[in-house]
Amino acid sequence: MSLFQELTQLLKKNIRDYGMYIALIVIMTFFAISTDGIFINSRNISNLVNQMGYIAVLAVGMTLIIVIRHIDLSVGYLSGFLGAVVAIGLTKWGLPVGAVIPLVLGIGIIAGLLNGFFVAQLGIPSFVATLAGWLIFRGALLQATIRTGTIIIPNDTFNAIGNGYIPDLTLPNFLPGLHKLTLLLGVAAAIAMVISEISSRRNKMKYGFEVLSQNLFIIKTIFIVLVLGLITYVLAGYNGLSWTAMIVLAVTFIFHFIATQTAIGRHIYAVGGNPEAAELSGISVKRITYIVFGAMGMLTALSGMLYASRLQSATTTAGAGFELDAIAAAYVGGVSAAGGVGKITGSLIGALVMISLTNGMNLMGIDISTQYIVRGAVLVAAVVFDVATRRRTG
Amino acid sequence: MSVPILEMKNITKEFPGVKALDDVSFKVERADIHCLVGENGAGKSTLMKVLSGVHPFGSYSGEIYFEGKIQQNKNVHDSEEAGIAVIYQELALVPEMTIFENVFLGNEIQKGINIDVNETINRTVQILKKVNLDINPTLKIQELGIGEQQLVEIAKALSRNAKLLVLDEPTAALNETDSDNLLKLLKEFKKQGVTSILISHKLREVIDAADKVTILRDGQSVITLDADNGEINENILIKHMVGRSIKNIYPKREEKPKGEVIFEIRNWSAYDPRRERQILKDINIQLRKGEVVGITGLMGAGRTELALSLFGNTPGYQVDGEVLLRGKPIKFTNPGQAIKNGLAYVSEDRKGNGLILIQDVRSNITIANLKRILRFGIIDANAEIKDAREYTDSLNIKTPSIEQKVLNLSGGNQQKVSLAKWLYVRPQVMILDEPTRGIDVGAKYEIFTIMNKLVKDGMSIIMISSELPEILSMTDRIYVLSEGRLTGEIESEKADQESIMRFATS
Repeated sequence: MSLFQELTQLLKKNIRDYGMYIALIVIMTFFAISTDGIFINSRNISNLVNQMGYIAVLAVGMTLIIVIRHIDLSVGYLSGFLGAVVAIGLTKWGLPVGAVIPLVLGIGIIAGLLNGFFVAQLGIPSFVATLAGWLIFRGALLQATIRTGTIIIPNDTFNAIGNGYIPDLTLPNFLPGLHKLTLLLGVAAAIAMVISEISSRRNKMKYGFEVLSQNLFIIKTIFIVLVLGLITYVLAGYNGLSWTAMIVLAVTFIFHFIATQTAIGRHIYAVGGNPEAAELSGISVKRITYIVFGAMGMLTALSGMLYASRLQSATTTAGAGFELDAIAAAYVGGVSAAGGVGKITGSLIGALVMISLTNGMNLMGIDISTQYIVRGAVLVAAVVFDVATRRRTG
Repeated sequence: MSVPILEMKNITKEFPGVKALDDVSFKVERADIHCLVGENGAGKSTLMKVLSGVHPFGSYSGEIYFEGKIQQNKNVHDSEEAGIAVIYQELALVPEMTIFENVFLGNEIQKGINIDVNETINRTVQILKKVNLDINPTLKIQELGIGEQQLVEIAKALSRNAKLLVLDEPTAALNETDSDNLLKLLKEFKKQGVTSILISHKLREVIDAADKVTILRDGQSVITLDADNGEINENILIKHMVGRSIKNIYPKREEKPKGEVIFEIRNWSAYDPRRERQILKDINIQLRKGEVVGITGLMGAGRTELALSLFGNTPGYQVDGEVLLRGKPIKFTNPGQAIKNGLAYVSEDRKGNGLILIQDVRSNITIANLKRILRFGIIDANAEIKDAREYTDSLNIKTPSIEQKVLNLSGGNQQKVSLAKWLYVRPQVMILDEPTRGIDVGAKYEIFTIMNKLVKDGMSIIMISSELPEILSMTDRIYVLSEGRLTGEIESEKADQESIMRFATS
């Protein structure tokens, strides 16, 4: 079989997994051309990543929620409310950043577990239970901010989360104009990627599984390294990796790891795939529901902090519509509404697609009304594509 | 000789990569009961889907003549219009709606723009009489037993003046009495000129009811047998179905268990407070090491409820009584505890609550005992592959790879995956709930062979089944339940179908 044949076959077989990446590349190329390169310059890409942060962490949590056949509408205003709690904690109560962050994460987890209680313990449909949360947290946000209006956060340490960048190495004469630590991290990530790809290929061969031919494998690995290198180079050209980017990467990595490599992850997908069978296999569906909603709550708190930090303030409308953006990102990322199917990494790409659309269209000066229509169309197209390819591959 | 009511000529239907039907020809005479048999995957259901228009005209090659006229069904509506009604295994009734609403669903009787409820009920009563169902038509479907639901489904077909009824394993979920009633009904229809095509795995039924039998194997029609020529008997049917003769469909075990009592329940009762109904009452069962004990009874006798309550899965029931495992009292409040203590429950409904169909063979096998492959809390992918391979090989699960999704496997292989999953927890006591439901003769034989090997290695099995021949042949002792009570315990060697039925109806 020639290399080209193998490549086309590979694309055909994995069209669902690759479709999203291809869509992302198409969208980015389109904007790169139509904005004369502004879209892909270092500054904008860096900005894009920071814009994406608070939706991306929500999308990660939402993926697991949808996988276990639920939905969480409360996360938008909960994140807004928790952002206000941060602001009040830092300004009125005079708490240090080191105390406020765990406090707010804790409140987030409790709020998530409360949703879990209604859904798992009382058997209330999650749509209704979290719709109630949507209303309650919206009210709570208004009460927290009603007297003062917008609460300004004058804390530089906290504001760095949403605006700051990781420090650079002090090597004045080496590669001026580039962020050295970012480059170093990029190189480290590329090496780790190559090593893990090679070891996974060896393992598959050991068990006689089908693997890519050596040539194609090399091409694929080089491609991944190139993409990583490109991203690193682009980011290093501005201020390097932002703290937001580091947080998003860490959250994605940890949740991806839990979802794919641990028993809890297996249990989550089992509950999503067939709750009755999971229960009879000794998995407590209740426990999994609590865990997933609890994790969602924690990520919501994180999202609220990222947003408040980015705006350096808490506003009365913070978090409005975040839940829908997160749900859209998860669906664009290939999560199945029927449950049991969906990747964490997919939802991250989904979030990237949606934010690229917004960012790109803003740069092009496209009217907000048109933007909504385009984003809606992309969401439908992504889901139609997903359903169509799913049917074909059975 | 008159024109056959149905003639399917040279039907070939291909799915990507598979030829499901290969030049199949099939002829049904008017007012016959024509049985269609064959192993799972032989193409029976596909052939009927071609007939009903689920696989539309153009997606297959060949010709269909119905009452002498060529039939090109683009959808199910076309075939219904012609007078063909297909009743699937999974019933197509709306549980929340009443009987009369269901019977006339999609075919409503209208007065102006309103539905004429009185006339609908009236007509429903008449039709229900034809299927010998004496029941209030305003009851909701969910309040009916599965046998009654089956009859409503047939009534629905009759309400549309069906001339040809196709029943896909109608008795798979029915008990003996309901099955017998259904077969009687088909024979009555025959007198009234209604033709039936019956797909069934139960050879006893086929022999009892069929005028003709067509056997499919690997997508080809092997032979059509005629009852008038005395060609229809078990040996001939099996020989053609599997392509070889199986001497005895129930493999024998040599040694008899004489081990100590390993599992015992005393005065086991379950009460459902929501329906205010006693589900189980004072049940005492003993199971010895290396023994196969059978539990049987009619539909609604409480067999599955007994198994699930022992397994710690009781949907709101108040459970009372004692469980002794190796002499020590123990109580399970959830399936996890039961599994930890060496119990396994292979569900009767492998698609509904047994397997995760959208996941692959590998994850289905390991899901109930991931501990075996965890290294420092992380799943050891190599160990998992190795174990999954070992279990697929030893149970002879036919799958292209352990990465295959379970929904793509045949019923028999799915059942073996379900068995593998529960063997993976290394149980001492295994509860098999209807282990052969909806699987073919060859796969049944394999499952029985596996059971025999397990008990030889010291496992104890509780086998729940409504198939009397298999429970008589495979078990050492049989407990019979009737309406939640234990009405009989009998040595399998001394039992026969009549004695069990006496207990089951007492």
